[in-house]
Amino acid sequence: MPGPIQSIERAAAILRLLARGSGRLGLGDVAASLDLPKGTTHGILRTLQGVGFVEQDHTSGHYRLGAALLHLGTSYLDANELRSRAINWADTLAARSGEAVRIGTPLDGSVLVVHHVFRPDDTPQILDVGSLLPMHATALGKVLLAYDAELAARIRRAELTSLTRRTIVEPAALARVLGQVRTAGWASEAEECMPGEASIAAPIRAPGGLVVAAIGISGPVDRICAPSSTPAPELVRDVHDAARAVSRDLMTDG
Amino acid sequence: MAQRYVMAIDQGTTSTRCILFDQRGRLVSVAQREHQQYFPRPGWVEQDAVEIWRNVDRVVPRALRDAGASAADVVALGIANQRETAVVWDRHTGVPIGRAIVWQDIRTENLVRELERAPGSERIRERSGLPLATYFTAPRLRWMLDAIPGMRERAERGDVLFGTMETWLIWNLTGGVDGGVHATDVTNASRTLLMNLATLSWDDDLLAFFGIPRQMLPQIRPSTDIFGETRRVVPGIKIAAALGDQHAALFGQTCFARGETKCTYGTGSFLLMNTGTTLVRSTHGLLTTIGYQVAGERVVYALEGSIAVTGSLVQWFRDSLGLINSAPEIETLARTVDDNGGCYIVPAFSGLFAPHWRSEARGIIAGLTSYITKGHLARAVLESTAWQTREVVDAMNADAGLRSATLKVDGGMTADHLLMQLIADVLDVPVMRPMVAETVSLGAAYAAGLAVGYWPDLEGLRRNWHLAARWMPQMDPTHRDTEYANWQRAVKLTFDWVQ
Repeated sequence: MPGPIQSIERAAAILRLLARGSGRLGLGDVAASLDLPKGTTHGILRTLQGVGFVEQDHTSGHYRLGAALLHLGTSYLDANELRSRAINWADTLAARSGEAVRIGTPLDGSVLVVHHVFRPDDTPQILDVGSLLPMHATALGKVLLAYDAELAARIRRAELTSLTRRTIVEPAALARVLGQVRTAGWASEAEECMPGEASIAAPIRAPGGLVVAAIGISGPVDRICAPSSTPAPELVRDVHDAARAVSRDLMTDG
Repeated sequence: MAQRYVMAIDQGTTSTRCILFDQRGRLVSVAQREHQQYFPRPGWVEQDAVEIWRNVDRVVPRALRDAGASAADVVALGIANQRETAVVWDRHTGVPIGRAIVWQDIRTENLVRELERAPGSERIRERSGLPLATYFTAPRLRWMLDAIPGMRERAERGDVLFGTMETWLIWNLTGGVDGGVHATDVTNASRTLLMNLATLSWDDDLLAFFGIPRQMLPQIRPSTDIFGETRRVVPGIKIAAALGDQHAALFGQTCFARGETKCTYGTGSFLLMNTGTTLVRSTHGLLTTIGYQVAGERVVYALEGSIAVTGSLVQWFRDSLGLINSAPEIETLARTVDDNGGCYIVPAFSGLFAPHWRSEARGIIAGLTSYITKGHLARAVLESTAWQTREVVDAMNADAGLRSATLKVDGGMTADHLLMQLIADVLDVPVMRPMVAETVSLGAAYAAGLAVGYWPDLEGLRRNWHLAARWMPQMDPTHRDTEYANWQRAVKLTFDWVQ
């Protein structure tokens, strides 16, 4: 039988080290703690970073445990896999609500659009899959923030850009809104991202309950929020149903 | 008035589904059950027609229950089905004679070779629009008549009936041994090699050529027609349409005008172009087939190009090479590179279909260098589907003298945005995905609803078609030409491999 593989033992030691204390260490700290040459340590850290088990802070250069490690055991979800699972439900949502549908996942503090269904009125529209939306000013983003404390903390530390006069830029106000999102199970915004536009979104959950994406509709504020200033209950129900249907689909094997 | 729905049964190769649609063509409920595939010998593929019938008995009530509806809420039922699969059963007991022989089954290879040499074989293409091949139904039926003891005598006495899947289901739904209706529609009949494309009836010469007793054949009806009323499963529903699945998809995509083209991307892919009321005979390796026929109107013809391996290449990449965990991940992997790195995959796993029809060709990976990564291979996999589409579209445009201005797409692979963009790029036309991806079921529902006046006319159906996504061509024309030339060179390398 072959003996233990040294580099894996060393990688395990690095992970244990990062899991202790503050969990943020520079390359020199890691090398010194384990009595390893810096070159070797760097190679292992880069490899662990490549598989997502370690992340590096861009400004300080410090290493910490990566998100992929936290999601071990709950299945990692590929964006194209998600679109493939969600496509029928997203179509149904667009057909029922009469509005454009988007599915978003978090990427570097923004919402990455991974799926987009045109508003079913046959007006000229352009696919915006791959584009980024602001986290704090969209219903999709609010859902993602509401169920990811670390992401929310990061956003609040950064400057909240004002996009319209209704954009929430006060960290405390945003925190309050996110609390309401968790209570209600869905998010909305009216003219916070673009004048005249509103959106509603709900969470898509992977097996185990982890929120992996958000699905929502957007359109003119007078349609989304008619007749009052709050989102129309039947649209909220449609969005909620679609989110539940996609989540259920993710529970089945595949 | 209670809300009323149209019901579609999609009797497919691997599963049977029942879907309810509302008047705006929106999906209301879906119920599905898979059935078993039997592979008793290499090249043989069979299914149990009784199991499929039982699945219909289960999915129809379930779809109604999920929608909170009863038979009274259903204005009509339309059936779409896997094509060219043959079932034969005893008309007195309703029991199938042996298992159904599925369209993928190639047991008739030798029989077809013999038939090719028989006098009269030269008439087949001209009369039926199809080449003599194992793919179609007549050789299968002939095989059963030869192989099953006593069957020919029973067929000649009129004791056994033949049908493709829609015929089997219609007969059972309308009462079975107790007065069941024995009928097929023109699209399904057009895939048997036995129907005359010009007269839309069974052709005596073709029946004689294949040695098929006329008594066992169903009556040929328009695609939209009142076939009868259900007396079993859920009684009291009008069966108002039947179409082969690809024809149903053409209908569901509302390709009602001459030149309109759709492609369904599944394990294989099927392009159909509406050629209007003109029967176009292909000189470029395509099939001439029936698009659909609305009762009381002239038949609409279509050209069909089938591509054997598209989605199944992605499955091979996943299951046999293990380079991805799930089919959609091919896009993720392909996006790790900007181009194919000079690598081309021609998936001629069991020869090439349209427009080449080379059964001796075998697949290749061309242009391999040490530079090629799995990302390049993933990209080449997706590009092969795009280039195969281009070859069929070119052949269609040449045969029909038309140039399709857009391509309407459906099927599972439309979730792959990179692939859809590649198709727009290599065809140099916009690629459009409709909002309801279930175009096969939708087409059956549309045809049935049209037959009973639930929808007034084809224009009314067109208004239900909504664009869900559109990909515009972006590729530089010079680059496109170079890549197409490379692809065509790669295709040539696959020829003459099996000796």
